[in-house]
Parts: sequence; structure tokens; C-alpha cells
Amino acid sequence: MKYLANVTTLEYDAEKCTGCGRCVEVCPHGVFVMEDQRVLITDRDRCMECGACALNCEFGAIAVDSGVGCAAAIINGMITGGEPTCGCDSDDNTGCCC
Amino acid sequence: MSSGTSGKPSSVATDLILQKVLAGMPPSQPTGTGESPAKIVGRVSAEISRSERWEHLKCRIGAFRDNYVISPGLYAFGEPGIDDDVLVSANYKLSFDALRRDLGGRNFWILVLDTKGINVWCAAGKGTFGTGELVTRIAEARLDGVVNHRRLILPQLGAVGVNAAEVRRRTGFRVRFGPVLASDIPAYVNAGYKKTKEMSIVRFSMLDRLVLTSMEINPAMKKYPLFAAGVLVLFGLQREGILFASAWNGGLPFLLLGLVAIVAGALITPVLLPFIPFRSFAIKGLLAGFIAVFLASLTPVIADSQDDVLLRVVTFLLFPAASSYIALQFTGSSTYTGMSGVKKELKIGMPLFIGTAAVSLLLLIIFKLSEWGII
Repeated sequence: MKYLANVTTLEYDAEKCTGCGRCVEVCPHGVFVMEDQRVLITDRDRCMECGACALNCEFGAIAVDSGVGCAAAIINGMITGGEPTCGCDSDDNTGCCC
Repeated sequence: MSSGTSGKPSSVATDLILQKVLAGMPPSQPTGTGESPAKIVGRVSAEISRSERWEHLKCRIGAFRDNYVISPGLYAFGEPGIDDDVLVSANYKLSFDALRRDLGGRNFWILVLDTKGINVWCAAGKGTFGTGELVTRIAEARLDGVVNHRRLILPQLGAVGVNAAEVRRRTGFRVRFGPVLASDIPAYVNAGYKKTKEMSIVRFSMLDRLVLTSMEINPAMKKYPLFAAGVLVLFGLQREGILFASAWNGGLPFLLLGLVAIVAGALITPVLLPFIPFRSFAIKGLLAGFIAVFLASLTPVIADSQDDVLLRVVTFLLFPAASSYIALQFTGSSTYTGMSGVKKELKIGMPLFIGTAAVSLLLLIIFKLSEWGII
């Protein structure tokens, strides 16, 4: 299953990659593969912008504008003017992920 | 007591640690570098009791989904010793129990973080399953005094909130992100902490989707009474006042169509997700809604209302749009939608949803005015 094409904010700088493989280890959609001690991006459209790769890349080779891909959370954020957050930890359950 | 760490069955080591902890004494067991008392919250096994099974069911259907927690801290699973692996988990009991069930027959330490009863992935997104919380729990449990090694196995999805390099800097423990699913942990450990590609990919099976539909149906049904009240007032409103007979007879098709929209958007679309064309959830929901409304409009009770052209137009505008809106909410349950994509859908979709609702309301007002003979 793939979501909308050409929307992800994922950016990868191959120059900074040391081939440690952390991003391959943490990506839940197999966006990265290891080839010749360097990482390659296979299919950007599989990226869900969870941010695990960027957080765990020690060398600053990956950047992504991460956040929840959840309509209710984003609508909440629009209404309150804040960050998109799920209502899962409040009484007002938005029917979101958790 | 003999010095050294060998020659002692791990279970005995654990029991001694546990007994001393329970007695409020520091374990004098030569466990790693630790001279400070280890803090172990309790011992758990793979055995899921009957009452726990009943709790799981209630939790799944939403009776107390948000409040099913266990105390954070370090647990002994089976009879772990100083060399056994440390797994890190959330304090959502449904997740914790899944872990217990999948680890049967092995010995592990399980370090439970306080994620406010939320599963690993969502908690990691919020930061409660995060670097700071992990560092705090490691210190609080005196983990360096419980085990000889400096290895942690985290669920892969915890990587959204945990910076492995920072954890190592602050605690000395080296984080390995294990498989996505707890059920793959035994195979992962057996393979020398090597993941296959399958172990690191998040899937979204039909069963997963079906289970999650309750998260869509419940909130939609909560709003349904308000919609029903509006429909009944609209159709009941006559020049003589609100008439029950016309509210019921006139309103029934719309009441049913409202349910059809919920079923199409919150149940059919999620379950058939990959089989409905287009990647956009809003379009998937619109298609499912349109087909469902069309099929429903063939039933006698709804077909009668379709004689009026205004009501027919509203039927095919409002309810597929409602299904589309509800289906878009399922992005929150899905495992592959990103924020940029959902924002794009909302940017295009919201004006259309609001416009459709406004046009529908306008048409219904015209319908009422013509019914009253005003126009």
C-alpha cells in the first residue's frame, strides 16, 4: 500500500552518509537499502514521515518534517493553531491512532 | 558468598535480587558494577490469565481502551540472570501482554516505560516513549547493577521517539532496534540480533484494519444522534408545528442513509482499503460511499424519497461526502500515511466537504419551502 505520490519531505544527503545502517534498521517501510557501505533511497513515496531515521542519524544525513499522518490530529491542530496532536490521551477521543 | 558471576543458575540470581528488593535491601549479588540497590517492580510470565483475556476483549472494543496500564519499571520475565537481554516496552497493558505471550519459555528483563497507557508507536510519536523517559527508567531501575552487559532491545517503532546515540552517551547502554512485532523477538535473538527485511516492515493486514474500524465507528456513532435529531426536526417541521408522523416518515430514508455513510466510510473503506482505486483516502471513501448510497437507494424505503429531485440530489451529494470525510479519518489508524499527504488531502478536501454540506443544506431548505407551498 502506498500513499500519495511526491508529497514526502524526506531529504537525504548521500555525502554525509557513513553507511552505519541505522536508518535501514529503523525505517518501517523499507525506504532505505544498504549498498556498498552507503545507503540508497528505494522509493520515496513509501515514506510516512515518522522521523525515526532523521532522529537516529548521527551524521545529519537525513532530514524530514515529521509528524502524525492523521486527519483528526491535523484538523485539531488547525482549530487550536498548535501542533497536530491526536486526542488519544484526552477524554475527547478523536478516533485517532491510539 | 562466593565471588564471581559464574556457576550460579540465573534463576537463583534473580530470586536473590527479587527477595532483597522486596525486603527493601540492596542486592549484594555480584551483578555487574552495581553497588546500588536494583529496583524490580515484579515478575511476570507468559501465562495470560482468564481475567486478563476478558480485560483484553473489553479493551479492544473500547470499554476502557485509553486506561489499560501497568506500572512502569523493571520486570523479570521468567527467571532472567545477569546476562539476559533487556527488552524495553510501553506500559499499555495490551502491548505488554502481547510481549509476554510471544516470549514464552525464555528469560528476559523487561523495562517498562511510562507511556501513559499508550502503545509504543503512538507514544514514540508523542515523545513519551522517548530518550528522556528511557534514560530516567534505566537510572531508576539501577539497570547497570542488574545486568552485566550494556545492551537494550527496543521495539523498532520506538525509534520514532528514541535517539539511540544519545541513550548511549547518557547511560552507556547500546540500543538495538529489534523487530516491529514482538512475535519476531525470539527469531531475532536466535539469529544473533539480526533482522530480516520482513521483521522491519510495518504491514496493514485486513484483520488489522478490521480491528481498527471500531476506532472509526465509535466516534462516528457518537455524532449520529445529533445528525438524527437534525433530520427529524427538518422533516417534522410543518406549518402546524413539528409533526411526529412526518418527522419519522420523511426522515427515515435520511436516517438510514446516515448509517450507510458511516458503514461505507468507517467499515467498508478501511476493510477494502487496497482494493478501492486511488491512493487518496478521501477519494476511496467517496467511491465506497457513492456505491453504498446507490445500492441503498434501490431499497423500497429509500427509493420512495428519491421521487423528489432535490432529495435525490442531496442523497448523492451529502452522504458520499460524509463517507469520504469519515474515511479520511482512517488515516489516523493507518500505518503508512504521512503528514504531508494528509495535509494535502485536507487542503483540497475540507473546502469541498464544507461546500457540499452548505449546498445540501440550501437544497433542503428549498425543499422545505416548496413543501410548504411558499415557493
